[in-house]
Amino acid sequence: MKMINCPLNGLRNSSEFVYGGEVKEMPDHRNCNDREWAEYIFFHENAVAVVTEWWLHAPSSYWFIGERHTASDEFIRTYDPSERFSTRVEFAGPVVESEK
Amino acid sequence: MPFSLLKYGLNSDFPYEKHADLPSPSALKSHYDVVIIGGGGHGVATAYYLAKYHGITNVAVLEKGYLGGGNTARNTAVIRSNYLTPEGVKFYTESVKLFKELSNEFDFNIMYSQRGQLTLAHTDAAIRGFRQRVAINKHYGGQSELIDPQQIRELVPSLNMNPADMPVLAGLWHTDGATARHDAVAWGYAKGATSRGVELHQLTEVTDVEVQQDKVTAVQTNRGKISCGAVVQAVSGHSSILAAKAGFKLPITTYPLQAMVTLPVKPFLDPMVSSPSLHCYVQQTSRGELVFGGGSDPYPLYSTRSTMDLKEGLLANAVELFPAIAQMRLMRQWGGLTDMTSDYSPVMGLSPVENYYLDAGWGTWGFKATPICGKTMAQLVAGNGKVPELIKPFSMERFYRFAQVNEMGATAASH
Repeated sequence: MKMINCPLNGLRNSSEFVYGGEVKEMPDHRNCNDREWAEYIFFHENAVAVVTEWWLHAPSSYWFIGERHTASDEFIRTYDPSERFSTRVEFAGPVVESEK
Repeated sequence: MPFSLLKYGLNSDFPYEKHADLPSPSALKSHYDVVIIGGGGHGVATAYYLAKYHGITNVAVLEKGYLGGGNTARNTAVIRSNYLTPEGVKFYTESVKLFKELSNEFDFNIMYSQRGQLTLAHTDAAIRGFRQRVAINKHYGGQSELIDPQQIRELVPSLNMNPADMPVLAGLWHTDGATARHDAVAWGYAKGATSRGVELHQLTEVTDVEVQQDKVTAVQTNRGKISCGAVVQAVSGHSSILAAKAGFKLPITTYPLQAMVTLPVKPFLDPMVSSPSLHCYVQQTSRGELVFGGGSDPYPLYSTRSTMDLKEGLLANAVELFPAIAQMRLMRQWGGLTDMTSDYSPVMGLSPVENYYLDAGWGTWGFKATPICGKTMAQLVAGNGKVPELIKPFSMERFYRFAQVNEMGATAASH
């Protein structure tokens, strides 16, 4: 079976991993319009190239980023998301009166 | 049809000329009214209906490989209309109607074989889903009914009624389910289109699409530049790559889909049998081979390579369904590319470029839509972008309006 190098667990069978989509620039969810959000959610580059993707090692619930060629299926590099993201995105909206 | 067949049979000479189906390759003209990119079933069907119903014959079909050599040659040739959404059922029911008449229309045998499709329910939730599909099918003129285990036993005596410890509780019996020779469908359409003046150019790859002020003006090919009045893209498996050349993104991710076929045996399996819970469908071809198919690969890739993991998983479940086939030998294995949308419905109609029309997002359900797709795409092009009612719900715009057409009945395996 194909092996994928998990940054946390090392080489593991590809059946333990779940594909999580392209890594994209997220629009500001508080200020963007519906069209921009739909574009972010549903539309993809889907290119034949080395692409940057989210992957999940399911048994350890660990999300990481992989660079992979979509024609040869070769992983160039896998790394922890902290290399790319330094702050947490807060999705919580303004506090509703009844929740206080 | 029968008379020409009789004449053929009594002819002592092999009527060779009549079988030179396609005009020999000619030089590309510098301008066509319509350029269709992709010489698969959908592309040539669109050209055929443009010429037949709309009198538009200054049309070039550009194919980078050979006629019907892409995903038209790689599907498992299932034709059915037992979908879940009213939009889907209406669309595919029309397709089935057209398919039934194709052999006569072409005067060319597409080997249409209506043997029915049986989908198995192993859970109460699946039975509820089937009831809904039956009701919607009947309402829109499809032929589906819910049948019980006894009826299933009679229909498919070789079926294990308790595969993988998941008892078969009920079945969705779709009498319209059929197969046809997929190559013949492409050849028939191509023959009909080219005899009406359409040009089919094989080994002609589109390398760039020229767009000026939101209108496509020309396409660059490996054989030179062609100016054009309109473009139809029908390149399943590579939709996103071509759309990128025209300057926009699609709501599509491309996954490989693998299928395989055994050595031929005597006929024992009449209907096509699928089990969504076991991610597996099995059918016996008219040559006696068993064809197995399942879900798309677990992650996107532009490669038709084969993997052992998928074979093991798929065949283990096929053997659960039909224990008697455990000793059979596989003869061939292949893969195709499926352009999956998040709602399992196609992306058809207008694009962000004014005279550039989309026929994309055909995931695992493209072959069965070939005739109706060609017909509606031809209407769209001939109407200068007036979208036919039947394909309005499948517009790319639906993703911006959050109005997806959630087609849970789309595949035998993925849901």
